[in-house]
Amino acid sequence: MITLGIDIGSTTSKAVLLEDGEKILAKKIVPLGTGTTGAQTVFENVLEMAGITPEQIDYALSTGYGRYSFELAKRQISEVSCHAKGIRFLVPTARTIVDIGGQDAKALSLAPNGALMNFVMNDKCAAGTGRFLDVMARVLDVKVEDMGDISELSTKEITINNTCTVFAESEVISRLSSNEKIADIIAGIHASVAKRVSGQALRVGVVDDVVMSGGVARNKGIVRAMEKEIGHKITVPEDCQLAGALGAALFAWDELLKEKNAG
Amino acid sequence: MSEQQVKKPKRPMSKSLIMVRQQLADLYTEAGEAKARGEKIGWAASIFPQEICETLGLVVLYPENHSAGIAARHQADPFLQRAEGELEYNNDICSYAKINLSYIDTRNLEANNMPLPDFMLIANNICNQVTKWYENIGKRYNVPVYMLDMSFNHENFVTDSRLKYIRAQMEDIIASLEKLTGKKFDQDRFREVMEISAENKDLWIKANELQANSPAPLNGFELFNYMSAMVCCRGKRSTTEILKQLISEIEEHIEKGDSTYPGEQKYRVFWEGIACWPHFSHNFKVMKKLGMNIVATAYVRAWALDYIPGDLDSLIKAYTFTPSNNTPIETLVERRSRDLIKFKCDGMIYHLNRSCKVMAMQQAEIQRRLTEITGVPYVSFDGDQSDFRNYSEAQFETRMEAFTEIMDQHKAVREGK
Repeated sequence: MITLGIDIGSTTSKAVLLEDGEKILAKKIVPLGTGTTGAQTVFENVLEMAGITPEQIDYALSTGYGRYSFELAKRQISEVSCHAKGIRFLVPTARTIVDIGGQDAKALSLAPNGALMNFVMNDKCAAGTGRFLDVMARVLDVKVEDMGDISELSTKEITINNTCTVFAESEVISRLSSNEKIADIIAGIHASVAKRVSGQALRVGVVDDVVMSGGVARNKGIVRAMEKEIGHKITVPEDCQLAGALGAALFAWDELLKEKNAG
Repeated sequence: MSEQQVKKPKRPMSKSLIMVRQQLADLYTEAGEAKARGEKIGWAASIFPQEICETLGLVVLYPENHSAGIAARHQADPFLQRAEGELEYNNDICSYAKINLSYIDTRNLEANNMPLPDFMLIANNICNQVTKWYENIGKRYNVPVYMLDMSFNHENFVTDSRLKYIRAQMEDIIASLEKLTGKKFDQDRFREVMEISAENKDLWIKANELQANSPAPLNGFELFNYMSAMVCCRGKRSTTEILKQLISEIEEHIEKGDSTYPGEQKYRVFWEGIACWPHFSHNFKVMKKLGMNIVATAYVRAWALDYIPGDLDSLIKAYTFTPSNNTPIETLVERRSRDLIKFKCDGMIYHLNRSCKVMAMQQAEIQRRLTEITGVPYVSFDGDQSDFRNYSEAQFETRMEAFTEIMDQHKAVREGK
């Protein structure tokens, strides 16, 4: 039995094809979000990778900001629950999840059995999210995916005080004009994001194991800064950005089992 | 006709709702007529002791309620623009204030217009910002501003010294209003107004408490629609009639086992904070889709002031122990934890209202303590009582969906699954 989980986010589309709720047949990330061809592209990509046709999918379930735009999905589940489900699959001991996506950041608290018990999300402001880092990367003329590596070269602590993306942008520009090193500025940006997001984690209560998911978790600098802020070690699974899509595919498997039991 | 073209028939408006809408329209008409006769009319903060004005026979209007109405009818934009532009008010101040400070210069809505005030009445038991808002109006229009400075209570009672302090201010305001308006403060009438108000309070509490039934007899959002009766007219007989009618309608629903809430009520929720008036219908649409109904609120009940008719001190105590600006957090938490149990709530929704600094500040700590005590899950969303710009539909939808999933988990744990 094959299930599809598709996570149509604000900036990227992710898909996972799962066999019997266990084996990942194909996974893919396309850097195009809701309202674009991203969802269709990522869908076609995973089909091709697994060598199957759409008819062979037994159940498709969508999540993410654009979850209602994917017609093949029989059901939609919020990305909050999908992330929890996906991360538990990747890290069965996870109790606290910090997820930083394109335009939101959230902290999730799980019961020992993995049930999602509480979550806190960022407020209306995009500070502390992937979009914040995108803006900063553009100002600094670096690739956002390189920020983690560059920040490792930092030798000096610089603070970025403004949480507002617009104000922080001018603050970064003024740091640049006073000839601060880019590595130091990036480390400062990471610390700023970590401070903001860790507040959410502390509000749901940090219990080990702490896991990070979402595209921003691929940035080692942010993970380090988060560990420092919350005082706990953070695990980042390899497929951290796919947690939502994986969770959706797992929920799809649950739905299939339910249908089977009912039938 | 295709399926899309068939419009679902709208449920007819209930008699009590027609009555409450008419009551508010009448109040504005009455104010206009009084003004035309040369009488002095006032604008008051929402939890000012209306008993004083009612006893003196003064017509008083309530800008907070008026701004909420403008926002709910999606008419706020030009007022907000003008307040932040031409009038140079900061974007961060209360949106009720922004709308009203702008509205006052034009006063040309299609209906429910407020004539210019001849005096302003402040009680800072609702918030502190209202003080500056009304002072601004007092200065710009050169009208007197009377203020009741209601102390903050660090204990769960009002101390004697505070009582004395507030009583002296009240006596002074009564004397000033007598002088300004030429009307006389009659003790017998005062007692009568207190009696009417107390009866209205009891009825209002009863209407709210009937939501404890299962299924809840009302779509909880509807109770917000009756607030004008309690905010603007809680000392009037017309409110008694409205509330009696409302209660009889609710009781009819209970008897029949039905509800004005369309569909199954899968989740019973507590709504914390003021309504998000500009997006009232979106809030409802999303919650309806998910099967969530509001069965309890703290805000709606804020106008149920509990005192003994004829006892001025008990009236003062009630007014200086209102829910937002002068009650210690322990009391706020205790009231809510009681209600979460009484109304059998599955969860609690916090409207993080960007306008109301008092409530926004209290919320995080209330959340923390309530969760610790009750374990009831909660969700919070960003919104505003009347600034439509501070809200994201997608954000609200995602959070509410995730919240139902969390309530399901909690239910499963409770039921030992």
